[in-house]
Amino acid sequence: MLALAAPPAALANWFSPEDDSGSPNATKIKTLYLITFILGMIIFFAVEGLLIYSLVKFRHRRRGGTTPAQIRGNTPLEVGWTLGAAGLLVILAVVTFIFLGGIKNPAASNSNGFVAEGKQDGMKFADDGSRGGGKLQFAAKDQAAPPGPANKHLEIRVNGQQYLWRFDYPGSQQVFSYHDLIVPTGTTVVLDITASDVAHSWWIPDLGGKADAIPGHTNHTWFRIDKPGSYWGNCAEFCGENHADMTARVTAVTPDQYRAWLTKQAADIKQSQALLSLARKTRGAGATP
Amino acid sequence: MTTPEIAAPGLARQSRPEVVVHGVKERPGGWTNWLTTTDHKKIGILYLFTTFGFFVIGGVEALLMRLQLSQPDNDFVSPRTYADLMTMHGSTMIFLFLVPVAAGFGNYFIPLMIGARDMAFPRLNALSYWLFLFGGIAFYASLFFTPPGAGWTAYAPLSDNAYMQDNGVDAWIFMIHLTGLSSLIGSINFVATIHNMRAKGMGWGRMPLFVWSILVYAYLLILALPAVAAAVTMLLTDRHFGTAFFDPTGGGDPLLWQHLFWFFGHPEVYIMVLPAFGIVSEVLPVFARKPIFGYKAIAASTAAIAFLSLLVWAHHMFATPMGTVVLAFFMLSSFTIAVPTGIKIFNWIATLWRGEIHFKTPLYFVVGFLGTFVLGGVTGIIVAIFPVDWQLTDTYFIVAHFHYVLMGGSTFAIVGGLYYWFPKMSGRMMSETLGKLSFWMMFIGFWMTFLVQHSLGMEGMPRRIYRYEDSAGWGTENLVSTVGAFILGVGVVVTLVNVVVSLKSGRKAGNDPWHANTLEWFTQSPPPENNFDEIPRVRSAEPMKDIRREVLRGAGQPAGSVAQPVAPGT
Repeated sequence: MLALAAPPAALANWFSPEDDSGSPNATKIKTLYLITFILGMIIFFAVEGLLIYSLVKFRHRRRGGTTPAQIRGNTPLEVGWTLGAAGLLVILAVVTFIFLGGIKNPAASNSNGFVAEGKQDGMKFADDGSRGGGKLQFAAKDQAAPPGPANKHLEIRVNGQQYLWRFDYPGSQQVFSYHDLIVPTGTTVVLDITASDVAHSWWIPDLGGKADAIPGHTNHTWFRIDKPGSYWGNCAEFCGENHADMTARVTAVTPDQYRAWLTKQAADIKQSQALLSLARKTRGAGATP
Repeated sequence: MTTPEIAAPGLARQSRPEVVVHGVKERPGGWTNWLTTTDHKKIGILYLFTTFGFFVIGGVEALLMRLQLSQPDNDFVSPRTYADLMTMHGSTMIFLFLVPVAAGFGNYFIPLMIGARDMAFPRLNALSYWLFLFGGIAFYASLFFTPPGAGWTAYAPLSDNAYMQDNGVDAWIFMIHLTGLSSLIGSINFVATIHNMRAKGMGWGRMPLFVWSILVYAYLLILALPAVAAAVTMLLTDRHFGTAFFDPTGGGDPLLWQHLFWFFGHPEVYIMVLPAFGIVSEVLPVFARKPIFGYKAIAASTAAIAFLSLLVWAHHMFATPMGTVVLAFFMLSSFTIAVPTGIKIFNWIATLWRGEIHFKTPLYFVVGFLGTFVLGGVTGIIVAIFPVDWQLTDTYFIVAHFHYVLMGGSTFAIVGGLYYWFPKMSGRMMSETLGKLSFWMMFIGFWMTFLVQHSLGMEGMPRRIYRYEDSAGWGTENLVSTVGAFILGVGVVVTLVNVVVSLKSGRKAGNDPWHANTLEWFTQSPPPENNFDEIPRVRSAEPMKDIRREVLRGAGQPAGSVAQPVAPGT
């Protein structure tokens, strides 16, 4: 039904983190990285150049050797490079804080994104009862709520377990999935991340940075995928011997396809739960003839 | 003699010390001497022998891991074995090689460099070695049961007995406690020795920079170790006595482990790097024939780095749930460490500038350290930027970053220190040919192994995975990395062969083969048990230069040749 069989993230390039235009925060991290990288490489090549130049230029030549000048220091020079290094770091800090908002704070959903039925239901979970949905979740850690009405974005609960990810979707019926996270395009997806056994780390390279999944804590991150497609990632915190096998795949589909998938998944879950309870009853009946 | 001694080929001729040491006879007893000794030089050699032994074991573990990762979908080792190898490799290199190897060099050379006859507490010194050895043995004994598999960071709750029921983690805890006690005792000894036992005239401003770095190393260990000792004790009671310090279902918090561990863990990085800085600051001026540039700045930046290193621990935890203000604080504090580190690098290059650089093996390794460490520093700044770190943390980019700091950085300087001080410890020179061969193999192998790992990290390869699928597209880079690791490994073996060969048949070194600046070169090679008959008065940061000048005045001969006279009958 869906194009789930996409290959994992292909080689983007050797010099910068993945983004593949997956999500705005990933793109901004990449830009920030590139600024730092270029600055870093200028310093790196300048220092290496100076080092190699002095090694070649001032190497000991046979017979030509005289005792070199016994220079013990040069205060203005030393103060100069101290201030220079400090100045460079101030610039880096300023650039980082300029980019921080766009990376940390969720962006608004696109106009063609998913809209949940009912005014506030986009954020509400089937099992929430009266606990009030998303607001409470956001109060815990300082990731701001995405701009716009609450039913324009999705809040999905992510739970890391040895060695798979479980996703719980909001809505009036219970919908969950393992390994594959299905999301609508053009919609800001906020993740509430935790773990139920050991520490894991949620990471889809094309969709932004990591968020550690720590038992007893809820961590947050977000992404927005504008075109249908699949994005792959590996758990990024060592979580046991099969850590390498703990992968996840995020697949973006159109809002209509997403709605259809939700309905089907809810029906599938209901059906298998019914089958399961039937199997239990049958087994029970069989045990007492 | 008219040829300046520096350039003379006769560096290795047998020489006569300025003050002939006599009176102290070797105690009889053969090999049992090594068990009962309280001589700082013998203890230093025990340390160096043991730590390099662990270095080789840790290296073999690394090569096994690289073999497993050389191909996609490889099944050379099982997932559990890979986790064990990874845990053993990290723990060995950190707790059984990089930290104690500095204690080894420190033990041997601190008393000699400050003009003392031994450490302040010789018997405690022996105790600290034996605690270290038995820590290592307790850890490796777990090979016969179940080795630990929770990583060298042993993050709770994974290391809790709910998930790691085997006793490997307990062996790891035991090792942390024993080596920690060893380091604490050793550090107190270093502090007491350096504060109280310096030669007459050696004020703080005349202390060799290696001594400065060991002093700061010792203070940092004293400040950082109690945190990890507390953490592993809590882990032990969580595992066996029903407490729940790190168990969220019992009201504990897994993040508490991370904070305690890294409060120790980041100073630990500088504990491993500062002594290497000290070696660099000793070796560079000797082979550039110039005094160190900015002595005070280098000494002060050592202390500044140590202080700041206590304030940056949470940059290892940027992806955990923490407030933005906290993240910003730890980013800025991490930035500030770059300033004193940068000062050191500029000072070292300025030391080479307008020098008369003699390309001997110790200089090769120290320059290799400089060239490699700079990239480790630059990537360090990149990962200190927390939004960027969200992408890079826990990937091979981080693996590459800290190997640039600890392997290409610290370890290269330590091997440089081995080549530099080997003549003093053994009385014989190491082979320059083998030394340079070893350097080039290690240097090329190192860059080949770890440069591509930056790319792997950015392509999404997490650290600590035991395999990856072919479709991930990481095969080629991993193969390059593995080939590089084996070149690096052979390079290390060449140095070990060099040590063994040179011990037997190296050229005689004489007292001062490098024409160095510090007091350890004033005595015989190897030094007698009491080190010095007469301890010279120190008048500058380079006492050997003063002594050579003094001899020149007295004898009317060029200072260089006087420091290295030809002994009769050889």
